[in-house]
This record gives sequence, C-alpha cells and structure tokens, in this order.
Amino acid sequence: MSRKISMKQAINEALDLEMRRDPTVIVMGEDIVGGTGAHGEDDAWGGVLGVTKGLYAKHGNRLMDTPLSESAYIGAAVGAAACGLRPVAELMFMDFMGVCFDQIFNQAAKFRYMFGGKAETPVVIRGMVGAGFRAAAQHSQMLTPLFTHIPGLKVVCPSNAYDAKGLLIQSIRDNDPVIFCEHKNLYGLECEVPAESYAIPFGEANVLRDGDDVTIVSYGLTVHRALEAATALAKDGTEAEVIDLRTLSPIDWDTIVESVERTGRLVVVDEAHPRCNLATDIAAFVGQNAFGALKAGVQMVTAPHTPVPFAPSLEDLYVPSADSIASAVRRTLSPKGARSIAA
Amino acid sequence: MLNERIKPIVMPKWGLSMSEGKVTGWLKRPGSTVSLGDELLEVETDKITNVVEAGETGILRRVLGEPGTIYPVKALIAVLAEPDVPDSDIDAFIDAYAVPAGEDGDGEADAGPQYHTAETPAGTIRYAKRGENGPTVLLVHGFGGDLDNWLFTIDALAENATVYALDLPGHGQSTKRIADPSLAGLSKAVLDFLDTVGVERAHVVGHSMGGAVAMRTALDAPGRVASLSLIASAGLGEQIDHGYIQGFVGATSRRDLKPVLETLFADRGLVSRKLVDDLLKYKRLDGVDEALRALSSGLFADGRQASVLTGPIADAKPPTLVVWGEEDRVIPAAHAQALADTAQVAVIPGAGHMVQMEAAGKVNALLKDHIAKAG
Repeated sequence: MSRKISMKQAINEALDLEMRRDPTVIVMGEDIVGGTGAHGEDDAWGGVLGVTKGLYAKHGNRLMDTPLSESAYIGAAVGAAACGLRPVAELMFMDFMGVCFDQIFNQAAKFRYMFGGKAETPVVIRGMVGAGFRAAAQHSQMLTPLFTHIPGLKVVCPSNAYDAKGLLIQSIRDNDPVIFCEHKNLYGLECEVPAESYAIPFGEANVLRDGDDVTIVSYGLTVHRALEAATALAKDGTEAEVIDLRTLSPIDWDTIVESVERTGRLVVVDEAHPRCNLATDIAAFVGQNAFGALKAGVQMVTAPHTPVPFAPSLEDLYVPSADSIASAVRRTLSPKGARSIAA
Repeated sequence: MLNERIKPIVMPKWGLSMSEGKVTGWLKRPGSTVSLGDELLEVETDKITNVVEAGETGILRRVLGEPGTIYPVKALIAVLAEPDVPDSDIDAFIDAYAVPAGEDGDGEADAGPQYHTAETPAGTIRYAKRGENGPTVLLVHGFGGDLDNWLFTIDALAENATVYALDLPGHGQSTKRIADPSLAGLSKAVLDFLDTVGVERAHVVGHSMGGAVAMRTALDAPGRVASLSLIASAGLGEQIDHGYIQGFVGATSRRDLKPVLETLFADRGLVSRKLVDDLLKYKRLDGVDEALRALSSGLFADGRQASVLTGPIADAKPPTLVVWGEEDRVIPAAHAQALADTAQVAVIPGAGHMVQMEAAGKVNALLKDHIAKAG
C-alpha cells in the first residue's frame, strides 16, 4: 500500500526493509543509535536528525555507534564490504569526508579495478548535503562534483521520498561503493511511497514536467526550485521540461540530450560551486554532442564560488532560487541568448 | 427552485484518485444539439486524456470550461437545456451552482480511504468498492494491470450496481506472491476474495487475462458467476502478441516501456508520462518481476495462449457479452467471434486493447445493458 511519508521516513524504511531482507546489511555511524557511551540511552538519538531512529530496537547490534573518527569507521565499512558484508555507513555531514578520502577514493573506489575484478565493495556511504539549514560553512556544502570525479564510485542524490527509498535500496543491493547524498532540507518533504520494497535503477533520470521550449536539468533540492520556475514561466507561455537526474554517476545522458534535441535550450541548475561541477559537466557534454540542436547558449545556475555563508540572509541568496532559474531560462529565450550561439 | 430541464455538465471523476482535470478543447460548439453519447470535450488528467461524452440530450446553451484551464472534479463546465428554457433561468442556475463536497469527507485526492484491503487465503488483496445497490459486479483486470484499468468503468457501473474491482495477486498493490500462476490459481484467488468480502454471486467483467480468469471461474464455480463480460479477453483463441508480453515483462526503463504500452491503445497519444511512470513504479516493486515472469510462462509460453476456453464456455452457456476494440494489437479482434453463437458480441471501431478506456461510454452502455438483462 502506498501512503505519504517524508524523505527521512523513507530512508529509515529502506534501511529497515533491507536489514530484514539481507542479514549481511549493517548500519554504522556516529550517534546513529544512542550516542557513544550513553548507557541506558539506546536509540535516544537515532542519528543527529533521527533518520535511523527505531532501527536499533528492530535490528539490535547490526547498528553500531562508532567513535568520532570518520577515517576509522569508513575504513572499517570499506573493509567489511570487501569481506562480504553490506555496510551502510553514515557520515552525518558529507562535509566530513575529507578525513576519509583515502578509504573512499583510493581504496573502495579502486578495489574492483586493482584486484582484477575479483573484489567487490558493496558499501553505501550516506550523508547530508546542501545549504539552507543554518549549519554554516562546514556542514552545508554540496560536494557532489568531488564524488562524480572518481571512477568506481556511484553517486546518488534524490529529490523526494519515493526516489530516496528506491535508490537507497538499489544502493544497498549494488555491488559497488555508492555515495548517497541526502539534502537535509528535503528530509521533511512528504510524497506517496509504497510500503513495499522497490529498487530504482541507477542511471535513469526522471522527467518531472514536460515542455517543448527549454530543458532544465537539476538534482536534489534545486529540482523543486526548477519546478517552481517552470510554473512561473508557464504563465508567460514558456513550457519548460524539468529533468531530475536522481543519480549523478552513472548519469542519464540520453534523457538530457533527447530533451535538448527537442527544446533547443538548456539550463543546468547545480547547488555545488560553479567550477567543475555537474552543471559544467552537462553543459560541456551537450556542447560536444548536441551542439547542432542548441538555439541558444547553455545557461548555468549554481551556488557562488564562496563558502556557504552563516548569515541567514546571505545563505538564502546562496542557493539557486526559482527566480534565478527563471531568469536563466529567459536569457536562453532572448535574441541575445540566441546570438551567443550563432556568433 | 432549479429548473429540472437544465442539465449541468461537470468535470468528470475518472478513477479514485482524480481530483481535478484540465479542459483541453471542446468538440461541440455553443448552441449545437447534443445527443446521448455525443463527444462533448476532451479532458486531460495527470493520468490520461479522454473524451467526455454527453450523458443527456439538449442544446449546449453555455460553455464555461475554458480550454487550458484546470477545474476540480464536479465543477460546472457547461450547461445543456432545451431551446425554450429562458437565458435568465440558465444564468440563475449557473450562479446557484456549487461544487459538491467530496463524497469521501475531506475532499482530499489521497487514495487512502477509497481503496480497501482484504486478507484472503491468497494473501492481501487490494480492492475498490463503489455503489450500494443492485446486482453485484466484479471487475478483473488483465496481465500487468490493476484496478485503475477500470477508472472510466467503475463509477458508471456503480450508478445501479455494487461494483468491486480488485488487484489480482502479483498486481497493483495486492500481494506479489502468486501461489499458482495459472488461470485456475488466479480464479481460486478471485473466489477467495469473493468469500472474504462476503459476495456469493457476481457479474464478472474481465479484461484480457482477466477475461480468461472470469471464464475459468464461471466453469469452476458456475453458481458464483451470474454473467460474464469478456473485454478483449484472453482464452478465446491461441493468438496473442508475444512481443507485447515479452516487452512488458522485460522493460526496466521508461524508454523501453513506453513503446510497449503504446501497443495497448489505438491512439498511442493516450500513453502519458504518468501512465508509464505509474507502471514502472509497479514493475519495480520487489516480487513483481518474478510474478509477471511466472504468469507469462504459465499462460503465454511460446507466444501462444496456453488455455482456450471457448468450447467449455460455449457448452456451459453462461450469459455472456464479448467486447473488443477493432484495432486491438495484443489479442486479435477476430477472437470476438469465437463465442458468436452463444454470446452477444460487439466490436468497437477506433479502439485498441484497452477498449474499456478508449471507448468507455460505449463499453459502459454495453456492460450496463448486459448486466441488467442477465439479472
């Protein structure tokens, strides 16, 4: 049966269902149960924002509170994966990944290759991404481009509860390391989600809105801003197609290119910093493979090349807004936008 | 107060989850004469686009629904009346018209309270029940379908019947476990369902594979089946488009599934993004792939239908209606003639395998007439 639940509940449910289905699935992270050393406080926390709350009661010691040492427990998770378990390690904030780059980039992502295909590393590293949570510069970044840069990693960033559940289940069943990016400002967003297990395959973007005038590609939180922009643009008679990438590695080039070949205009929205991100990647790919279809230069809407500001007024300006997306669409429609490609 | 000779045309409710629809265009001009069954306008919902047919006769005196505008279900979108009804009466009618509140209380489009589940020996079965009076009707969908395949049927029949529509095991939101992936197994699940909801005897309407299930049920438990309505039914000949079955089972992406679904309709444009997405969501549920593969190899192995029930049904002679879309590309419309000697047969032009959706008005009229006659 289908019912409305939040993205946070959907992630909890995916973990619960996969732990029930497969005894090799374990979950580890900081404070995901009760908080380290907090005797008598089992399940008091359930993760810093309560995503894993209630799982300890159902699955006991298959959920592990870890020391505050990302390099240690992410390394342990990668090793456990190589030895036959399916660990889901919660990094809390993806911003903390810096201290375990070797474990992820140089070990987990390379095992299959270095061991001639004989080793698999079915580890999932979950964590929060994104700004807008008043959590300051070290807890608010959208670091997805760091992960997509590395061959051997799969990178997922859902925009809603339905996708979060199906993509997390797929991530756990997948035999490669998956970086699962959860936008903290989407945790409370509800939508219809089946109670049963289901898996959404990687590499399939979701077309959320049909339109013939312009293609807007995004992922995560800014998908919703793109939809808002599309609704506003429709009032002026501009019909935007909105594509939610869902997975960033692998990425669904076909859906992007097919859409651009029809609309002739592309706006790419990425909450990451502007240099070498998903937006530049997609713009370059379309420029190289579908240049002839473009009626105007590709527009990119991204966060600025600055740390995420702590001042709420500045943070609100930092994340791409529906207005900035709509303005970018209008630039592709203006005669100047068209000239920029003809020149 | 209100003139009974003024007949409102309202935004229809197609299926349990529809809360609003967009008027895409009028097929009749203001002032034209409208007869029963005439195509009035096209309406687009998030699931499907379809034609609204006139349920009354009269002159189309007012057109209120603007093309491109979204209206809630039951909003007044046009007015029919005889020519001698004064304009002032019509204006008064329009002014006084209020959209009735949702019959399910809070008016929310959420499917929750409108679907039910029954715990049966075959497992959890999801179903919908509409209407309270008259004979009992059971709607059985086809391979890969669910009870929403009856979204244009269920409310029309419920005007004078108590209508149940179920998700067969392996389908929709019912259990994905199919104990016995054969017609007999599915028929047993249908009987288990009827037992659980306390229905002794029903007029069974089956579409495609559901038609074969209905026939099997009529043969195995003749006392439980008051009449048969077989729509583009399996079980009336060996031929079936195996490419469709294999394509449906094998498709794992929107790109693969869309062309397969287009086979189902005479008008391929009816396959909306939402229709494809909903089916993909179903196909991705754990257990569905296994269920569909088990059923397709049990029922349609080697590209042929394993069970042809024409002979036994012709002998048993339950009151039977056979309906087909002339442009059916999944099961040939020629199969409609298999029971021509013992059944009422209607082949509808301009419709494909999903004839109950593509020509809903005509199919609903045939079903109502057949059920009324069969008593």
